[in-house]
Amino acid sequence: MSVVPVSYYLALSAVLFGLGVIAFVFKRNIITIFMSIELMLNAVNLAFVAFARAHNQLDGLVFVFFVIVVAAAEAAVGLAIVIMIAQNRQSLSVERMNLLKF
Amino acid sequence: MSLPVILFFLCGALAVAGAILLIAAREPIHSALALILVMVALAVLYLLLGAPFVAAVQIIVYAGAIMVLFVFVIMLLNMGVEERTDFSQIAKYFGIPLGGVLIVWAAYWLLHSRPAAAIGTGSGMEASSTRGLSTLLFRQYLFPFEATSILILIAILGALVLARKEE
Repeated sequence: MSVVPVSYYLALSAVLFGLGVIAFVFKRNIITIFMSIELMLNAVNLAFVAFARAHNQLDGLVFVFFVIVVAAAEAAVGLAIVIMIAQNRQSLSVERMNLLKF
Repeated sequence: MSLPVILFFLCGALAVAGAILLIAAREPIHSALALILVMVALAVLYLLLGAPFVAAVQIIVYAGAIMVLFVFVIMLLNMGVEERTDFSQIAKYFGIPLGGVLIVWAAYWLLHSRPAAAIGTGSGMEASSTRGLSTLLFRQYLFPFEATSILILIAILGALVLARKEE
């Protein structure tokens, strides 16, 4: 029987999460920042599924389901906010959003 | 090298390449397409892990619904390439070294943790995966499941209120 060790999946999940964090910090476009959040959620989902497989328990898959639902709700509300910001300020750069900056 | 291992490395490399492309791209639409690549590669990995339902939901909801929403908003706003700015001095002299220390510490901790079990790809769970998942979802997790439907409803109302034109 062919096997892939669970640590491989966890390493891939960690790499994807790290790349998501880097994208979150370095990107300046608010939509791309949103997409890096989705990337991090995907990395966490991969870890959930790998652990569910390793322990032969389905609860991890239920959690993945809830994470996807919450991500969908977050994308709907977040993109509505993005559209509102773009209409008010004519820009999507987070550098321009400094009204609350000290 | 057996087939699942080759498939894992192929899809893992595709996912990492997509994530790097997301960071490197200057046009938001290119970032969105790169993210779709990551999601499809992860769906193949879910199939490899014996979770076909999660793989289908990943394709339909993530790559289908959510990313279409992203692409739609990007094309609706059409704000062009993102502008790059220098990042602050504190980030340059403290943030990057601290991030490096964190990565090295996490790698050290991972290397010295208990070795994890190997995952088979052809045993037990996958035949009854979707059936077991639905049983779990509609019995043990029924209340959270119903709560998510209310969450979605509130999210729809919130998006409508936010995106509405002021009278």
